[in-house]
Amino acid sequence: MDFLHSLFAVSAEDLLSTSVLVLLLVAAWGGDKASRAISIVAFAVLVGAAALAVPALTAGAGGAATSAFGGHIKLDAFAAFAKLLIYVGSGVTLIVAPAYFDRFKAMRAEFPLLILLAALGMGIMVSANDLLTLYIGLELNSLAAYVLAAILRADGRSAEAGLKYFVLGSLASGILLYGISLTYGFTGTTSFDGIRVALGSGALSIGATFGLVFVLAGLAFKISAAPFHMWTPDVYEGAPAPVTTFFATAPKVAALALLMRVSLDAFGGQPGAWQQIVIFASLLSIVIGALGAIGQDNIKRLLAYSSINNVGFMLIGLAAGTAAGASAMLVYLAIYVVSSVAAFVVVLALRDEAGNAIESIAQLGGLSRTRPWLAAALAVVMFSLAGIPPLFGFWGKFLVFQAAVQAHLVVLAALGIAASVIGAFYYLKVVKVLYFDDATDAVQGREELANRALLLGSSLFLSPLGYLLTPWLGNLAGSAAAALFHFA
Amino acid sequence: MIGFPILSLMLLVPLVGAVISLVSDRKTARLVALAATLVDFVLGVLLWTHYDIGGAQWQFREHAAVFAGFDWKLGIDGIALMLIVLTVFLMPVCIGASWNSIEKRAGEYYAAFLFMETLMIGVFAAQDLFLFYIMFEAGLIPMYLIIGIWGGANRIYASYKFFLYTLLGSVLMLIAMFWMANAAGTTDIPTLMEYDFPPQAQTWLFLAFFASFAVKMPMWPVHTWLPDAHVQAPTAGSVILAGVLLKMGGYGFIRFSLPMFPIASAHFAPMVWGLSIAAVVITSLIALVQNDMKKLIAYSSVAHMAIVTVGLFAFNRQGLEGSMVVMLSHGIVSGALFLAVGVIYDRLHTREIVRYGGLAINMPYYALFFLLFTMASIGLPGTSGFVGEFLSLLGIYKESSLIALVATTGIILGAAYMLYLYRRVVFGDQKNADAAAMPDLDFREWAMMVPLAAAVLWMGVYPESFIAPMRKDIGTLEARVAIARPKGDADVKFGGKTPAAVAATLGSAQLKGAK
Repeated sequence: MDFLHSLFAVSAEDLLSTSVLVLLLVAAWGGDKASRAISIVAFAVLVGAAALAVPALTAGAGGAATSAFGGHIKLDAFAAFAKLLIYVGSGVTLIVAPAYFDRFKAMRAEFPLLILLAALGMGIMVSANDLLTLYIGLELNSLAAYVLAAILRADGRSAEAGLKYFVLGSLASGILLYGISLTYGFTGTTSFDGIRVALGSGALSIGATFGLVFVLAGLAFKISAAPFHMWTPDVYEGAPAPVTTFFATAPKVAALALLMRVSLDAFGGQPGAWQQIVIFASLLSIVIGALGAIGQDNIKRLLAYSSINNVGFMLIGLAAGTAAGASAMLVYLAIYVVSSVAAFVVVLALRDEAGNAIESIAQLGGLSRTRPWLAAALAVVMFSLAGIPPLFGFWGKFLVFQAAVQAHLVVLAALGIAASVIGAFYYLKVVKVLYFDDATDAVQGREELANRALLLGSSLFLSPLGYLLTPWLGNLAGSAAAALFHFA
Repeated sequence: MIGFPILSLMLLVPLVGAVISLVSDRKTARLVALAATLVDFVLGVLLWTHYDIGGAQWQFREHAAVFAGFDWKLGIDGIALMLIVLTVFLMPVCIGASWNSIEKRAGEYYAAFLFMETLMIGVFAAQDLFLFYIMFEAGLIPMYLIIGIWGGANRIYASYKFFLYTLLGSVLMLIAMFWMANAAGTTDIPTLMEYDFPPQAQTWLFLAFFASFAVKMPMWPVHTWLPDAHVQAPTAGSVILAGVLLKMGGYGFIRFSLPMFPIASAHFAPMVWGLSIAAVVITSLIALVQNDMKKLIAYSSVAHMAIVTVGLFAFNRQGLEGSMVVMLSHGIVSGALFLAVGVIYDRLHTREIVRYGGLAINMPYYALFFLLFTMASIGLPGTSGFVGEFLSLLGIYKESSLIALVATTGIILGAAYMLYLYRRVVFGDQKNADAAAMPDLDFREWAMMVPLAAAVLWMGVYPESFIAPMRKDIGTLEARVAIARPKGDADVKFGGKTPAAVAATLGSAQLKGAK
């Protein structure tokens, strides 16, 4: 009975996994010709899964029946919030991918299936309440992601990206697994609740500290926080643009949400042990992300460094270690997902006459004259990522810095915000190329209707109109963050 | 006083105009822009006439809790009122200055200007700490685009410098604001203005705000972005930069630094004085050797704004009132001077002083207006410049006669570089044939010059119209900072005795001696 009850509780995951299996058979029989239909069904499945995840959103800290499978899975508001963002990222990838791959005649039936599998894995990651559930979810996602990075088999860069991602990702998984085993060894349990009780709030044993450091290092790799960020620019650049869109959104949400739950829940009694690590990673990511981006001419690499930079800002919210910080981080994540979607939809639209992708920033010169709306959208994204008010990207930074100041981390906040000025420099560089430079007329491609709608929606979200959503977004994130602090 | 939301309407009108001109062609866009700025000007005049002088401190208040974390809260006192009036007065002039000179991408250009207007009014009307910050920072984007797209040859460097300098200055202010909102439990500016922060914290908060306002003002030595930005910006960009954007720094001091951190303000007052007198002397001397007209006026702006800061940090009524009048006057005069440069730049496309000469012969009316604005910049009695500078210097004299002495050299040096500029451009021989062939002012230029000249004279002859709405607020501010006012050298020392007491003791000693 309990098992049935649990199965019923994870209905979103049930839907995803059964659909993947059925669609796998369809793909086996239908071949690549069926890829378009599979994409549409996959998208519908994601919408359905999202609808199933919504009710838990408002459950808050005391939501009923949030635990399933004997406490291995937790279906609280936090998981629901993260899942929705994950499904948004995955869904957008499904929308933008077919048109892109069709140009290379490389739309494969596996693509939507891999996205669904990854989404399933990520859903498990964010609802994991046990280190082993966490690991299973993470691996399910990662294995799908390695294949996705290399999906353009004929393209050397794509294969290279897949290989790099696989080698470094496996290493990180190994580190994580090592941390998990150490933690298990020194606490005698893999359950988050058990670990929190076993560690207590007193002095931490050396072994448990090692376990914690290894777990955090493994997760830092997955969120591409410095100093474990090296793979990001290469993978972003090499992977096909729709896949990069995916990497920049859904897995980032999942890994950050996972990091939040591990730090604030499992290691929640020991904030002193991980806070300094997070602060260090945060400042380093901000600075490396900002400095690394300055010299980039490839827009995908630039966005990769920008993602490192933004992860640094989000970690400030985690470093605060408070519910306000966690809530700020979730809002930041939501805004960041939309910014990434907008940025990559623009990247997808940058094509020359022959339909080849334009990735060099220099070739975007004077885009504001030839393609004013596309350029305006990219400018909005850039100013928003730089956190300049009145664009909505400012709000994420606003909340994390506010949380940091409230948690008395004034110095961290001051250093972080001062470093954000370095970041502003390269975002300005893109705007300068778009608006101040002479027209090159390189960009010729027309974007598809669906992409236009996506771009319009996300630009409006990032525009000052986004502030009208702040009460709503704040409530949802607040309720999600409260779920993390259920023990307090 | 919750009534008709006139302030929101004033923010909305240019915003709507901006959206319309963004999608219009050049001719429609400039008409829309002119109409929007004129409507806002009329609203500004209504605001002024309906402002209840001596009434409630905050009037035309609006409040709507539509956002999380901060509120849409507007309201003005006399100080904000005057700065808003200045903004809406200068904006139609800016549109007029761009009428013919902007040919490429005019729709975007006017949209950027109208966005600027919304944000500038928003800065002065915001009554919520974070709403203020958003408006304050958001102005960077349109100004960056204005300088970068429509600027001169070296525009890209100037636009970067402008953006990054001002951004770096103001990000720390945001952290300070978080701290304040956290400590005081509110983001309401009027409440915060009466909140007593611990003296230790005031020091840090003051420095964080100072970093932002000093860059914006700009104070020496963080002024270097200004000459670059001014020289490269199109004429109207310079007008708005000198006329209103610099005033945001002064407004920041008067709205935040002084009332919220009076103790720290007093503590750092000598530093502000030192930087200010350094600015007066150094930038005036730099202005003296400029070959570029715009650069000269830009340096003169730095010197004039330094008079504002000494006046503000004099902690007395004369200084505070004087500073406000200098800000208003400088807003009009420097705007008018940039416009005067723009008029001849449009004809000859150079700002080199040596390329002109003898303009009094072929452009007599132009020479007349230019003379008036030059005199106002020097501070000739009867023009707006005199009133404010006199009051400011009087204010600082009550605090420190030495600082007053050095600051006053600014007037002499100001006369030197302005008259030297005027002589080289307007008087002398017509040594350049192309400059000698330039026609005098046309109707559009007359229409821009006359209101500016009228305002300069009005403020010079009857400043009471401008000071009256601010008097009560300046009084409140003076009372607020009185607790921290440093003892000036004009105060009688001698063990705290009054002159009468001193005379009495001297008298009794003499009596004793006589016995």
